[in-house]
Amino acid sequence: MQTALILIALAALILGAMAWRIHKQAKLYEVGFGRQLVNTLSSRSFQLTLAGFVIFVGLWYVTVSLLKLPWFNRLPGPVEVVSEWLSPAPVFGISIYTKDYYTHIFYSTYRATAAFLLATLLGIPFGLLMGWNKKFYDYSLPLVELIRPIPPLAWVPLAILVLPGSEPAVIFVTFLVAFFVTTLNTLLGVESIDENYFRAAKCLGASNKDILFDVVVPGALPYIFTGLQISMGASWFSLVAGEMIAAQYGLGFLIWDSYSVIAYPVIFIGMATLGIIGWASSALVRVVGRRLMAWREAELSGSARVEV
Amino acid sequence: MNGNGNACKVGSAQVEVRNVTRVFRIPGQPPVFALKDCTLTVEQGKLTVLVGPSGCGKTTLASILAGYDTPDAGQATINGQAIKGPGPDRMMVFQETALWPWMTVMKNTTFGPTMSRRLARGEAEGRAMGLLNKVGLQDFKDKYPAQLSGGMQRRAELCRALVNDPAVMILDEPFRGLDVMTRELMQEYLVKLYEDTGMTMLFITAEIEEALFLADRILVMTNLPGTVKKCVEVDLPRPRDFKVLASQRYLEIRSEVMEALYEEGAKSFGKLDVFDFPGACAPAATQD
Repeated sequence: MQTALILIALAALILGAMAWRIHKQAKLYEVGFGRQLVNTLSSRSFQLTLAGFVIFVGLWYVTVSLLKLPWFNRLPGPVEVVSEWLSPAPVFGISIYTKDYYTHIFYSTYRATAAFLLATLLGIPFGLLMGWNKKFYDYSLPLVELIRPIPPLAWVPLAILVLPGSEPAVIFVTFLVAFFVTTLNTLLGVESIDENYFRAAKCLGASNKDILFDVVVPGALPYIFTGLQISMGASWFSLVAGEMIAAQYGLGFLIWDSYSVIAYPVIFIGMATLGIIGWASSALVRVVGRRLMAWREAELSGSARVEV
Repeated sequence: MNGNGNACKVGSAQVEVRNVTRVFRIPGQPPVFALKDCTLTVEQGKLTVLVGPSGCGKTTLASILAGYDTPDAGQATINGQAIKGPGPDRMMVFQETALWPWMTVMKNTTFGPTMSRRLARGEAEGRAMGLLNKVGLQDFKDKYPAQLSGGMQRRAELCRALVNDPAVMILDEPFRGLDVMTRELMQEYLVKLYEDTGMTMLFITAEIEEALFLADRILVMTNLPGTVKKCVEVDLPRPRDFKVLASQRYLEIRSEVMEALYEEGAKSFGKLDVFDFPGACAPAATQD
């Protein structure tokens, strides 16, 4: 009973998202919902997407479950993983019905979000300042360039020594990577702004503050959001690395722990979960970016252009 | 030089450039005089066109007048005051479109008046709407620049400058890069705007036909080192339309300007081997 409910909820979520997308497209092309549904399902890109998934899972099934290739003989096949994932009574203790599964997701999401928000809050102003103030740029760029290439894992011992407990240490390591990505992309964004935009603003009598908020910030926004998307992804991968070394919960910990206790299907469950959450968080950043940059949509879609 | 350069009678001067020199020094190269001892006057309420061979001097002069650049010698004044930095009394329209792509046409247009807090938003929008109406952009006020054609962007840019009611408009080859038909349309719009407002304008171009159609007065600029060589009064009737292109007087003035220009054109070719790298003269000119 519970199984059915959760499965139905999941299916409803996925179908709802698809229906929303088709509804949007139907409005864009000014056709009915049904027509657009047929168009989408019969479109080349949808078929290729579907084919991509089928080929991927098919290869997994054939190499692991069917042929049982020697390299892969310790790995679970797709059927094993999915049935474990969806099982109300999982053999290894982790499935969509267990509380532990959500505890791990919660800890990872909380850490990644905290690190990402902190990096955004500090990285954007830092990058703007670097692009805006030549002196600050000269002070900070060489430092940033020297510190940035140090891999996140190299920071773990230092973070544990300095910070109280492993929790802030993991967040700090995650934050660091996201911070550099955000800062440098913001800097690039400011540098990419056409000199004429500044000239025009000065000519029209704008103060430095006006120029900052009306020219620098909106002008750098496309790069800032590209940076935020990369930073979101970077947060997840450095987070997992951090969790594998210094944490008691979280998907990274789950994957590493499952490896240690030979609970191999759980590794796959953890990885797939990371994929889904990582994709969803990047998509969220993208949606927010689109909302903030309606003008950019106009720029990118050439069809909206009108003639004299 | 002065007598030669300003052969036209000067009434009340709005913008004056006196013996301005601007040198660009690049290590390992001979210094380049973009402007040398350049003197000119832009008269109040007149549309003055500066014509010169393509390349150097004109844009440098525009940058100095706008306040982005300072002369090495000489002085540029507006209403008797020395020009120090950019300001809303002089409006620039650039070669490349400089509308901010993240603001709608209306936001772009009202930026100046609302920035300097001279007008309330509502009032600024009212004035902007009047101007947008004049250039046929009333239905596009809520569009972003990327949704407009090149010609429409230029018209929006004219509005953005005009709405500030500047003492003088400086237009630096504003119609470059537009196709011929759009360009002619833009010239008609500009003439109409000028004749309606009587605003002082300095229009910079490399094309004689454009200069003749627009101008009250044409200043012919010599090539490097840049200075004004000849002043030609254009006494074609106003309001002006394309019929003047067929008049006898038009052809006379045209050949007068052509003569002065061709001399310069030949000189410029002779100098190519000395300044054989593009944009040698003016970093300001090569930025765009």
